[in-house]
Amino acid sequence: MTENYTALYEEHKKLGASFTDFGGWQMPLKYSSELAEHHAVRKSAGLFDLSHMGEVWVTGPQAAAFLDYALVGKISAMAEGKAKYSLICQEDGGIIDDLIAYRRGEDKFLVVPNAGNAKVVAEALLERAAGFDVLVEDASAETSLIAVQGPLAEAILLRLVPAEQHALVTELKYYAAVEVPFTFDGGTQDLLLARTGYTGEDGFEIFVANGSAAALWQAIADAAQEGELTPAGLASRDSLRLEAGMPLYGNELSREGNPFAAGLGPVVALSKEGDFVGKDALAALKADGAGATSGRKLVGLKGLGRRAGRGHYPVLKDGAVVGEVTSGQPSPTLGYPVALAYVDVEHSELGTALDIDLRGKSEPFEVVALPFYKRQK
Amino acid sequence: MPKVAPELQYSDEHEWVSRGEGNSVSVGISEVATDALGDIVYVDLPEVGSTVTAGETCGEVESTKSVSDLYSPVTGEVTEINDAVVGDPALINNDPYGAGWLFKVAAESEGPLLSAEEYASKNGGDLS
Repeated sequence: MTENYTALYEEHKKLGASFTDFGGWQMPLKYSSELAEHHAVRKSAGLFDLSHMGEVWVTGPQAAAFLDYALVGKISAMAEGKAKYSLICQEDGGIIDDLIAYRRGEDKFLVVPNAGNAKVVAEALLERAAGFDVLVEDASAETSLIAVQGPLAEAILLRLVPAEQHALVTELKYYAAVEVPFTFDGGTQDLLLARTGYTGEDGFEIFVANGSAAALWQAIADAAQEGELTPAGLASRDSLRLEAGMPLYGNELSREGNPFAAGLGPVVALSKEGDFVGKDALAALKADGAGATSGRKLVGLKGLGRRAGRGHYPVLKDGAVVGEVTSGQPSPTLGYPVALAYVDVEHSELGTALDIDLRGKSEPFEVVALPFYKRQK
Repeated sequence: MPKVAPELQYSDEHEWVSRGEGNSVSVGISEVATDALGDIVYVDLPEVGSTVTAGETCGEVESTKSVSDLYSPVTGEVTEINDAVVGDPALINNDPYGAGWLFKVAAESEGPLLSAEEYASKNGGDLS
């Protein structure tokens, strides 16, 4: 696989980042300490490069109807300016990716898939577009994405927006997006600003053309005062999303899994009009009680000891394997180990005592409600 | 670039060895290792009085991201462990060659050890 570099790679190098491969991209893993970056997002704000994520535009008279067919959610019901978390599934109900769809107009949508799946999703959308009057354009290669996440995110970004436009930002709702004029690099550019994130905090994601990405990154960093904004890498992004109980494709979600087992049943609009890819299989899975009365279900596990469960470690009940950890680590905010795991539905009830096999040693865990961490509003 | 303390010797598994009085040696892990591990949140050390064997595992180091085995660079009886790092594993990240030492051994023999120069050139460390 060829290595991809975001338009912000040189910025990360200047900041002394250590890099990791993620979905074929060289991405900053951390700049200093991933724990410090994690706490910064919870207490002040973190600056993330998410340019590895995909951006696929879907436009045309049948754009809404097409996305109702291609994705599992009822995208056509979304108002302009809103965003919706959805899934793209296979015919058999397996999950190709989780994504966010933004409605940018009556006939205009932006679909944002994960980095490693961007090509696959763009190709699947193109294939499914046959017979629909739509245009599917993969703009991933030209588009950068910068996130500012944390309680100070809004205050920092407002410093780059003309005062008379502040309401665009302050009144922007969670899971909504708007074009906002940003003043940086000696000019003003209208950029798509979304109030979305993957950290469990208030925060924003800003779409910007590659050519302006470094200048915007720098301008955001300069707008923050000492201690307000910390560049944050993928290590902290992972621990933040885990505390927030958000699934990561490849860990919790896969083509072998299904939305009901993953706790994403409400995302699947079985009752929407017309056919959609995966509908029959998903209806059968639901009728079968997948994730409710049959198979395995994704649960949150809280460690009662100090040791953390890790991906692929077996989950035990009285010594017998009843599940498998998909993500786990010590929670920096909560101070105890947390894990997401698929366990047999009969052992998935809140409060159930389970063990994780930590390389031969059993450690006690308990099934707890998700998310592990919820911010105070 | 991670620092490599010039006065110490190193194993291939990134433990360092410091000689004390008689056959007493102190053992820790290098900054090359702590950088790769990330923030350390748990350390499992051998018990005082137990025997460790050069090249064999004698504990675990757990960071936010992963768990790694701890290998003993020497053979002998463990005479002391650093209780401070058990209580506050971040000491290992903050001062891997000082306050972040792990345990002491009355060494009977040593496994293959590298000089600081050899270790630094092999692992891309900074000797200065």
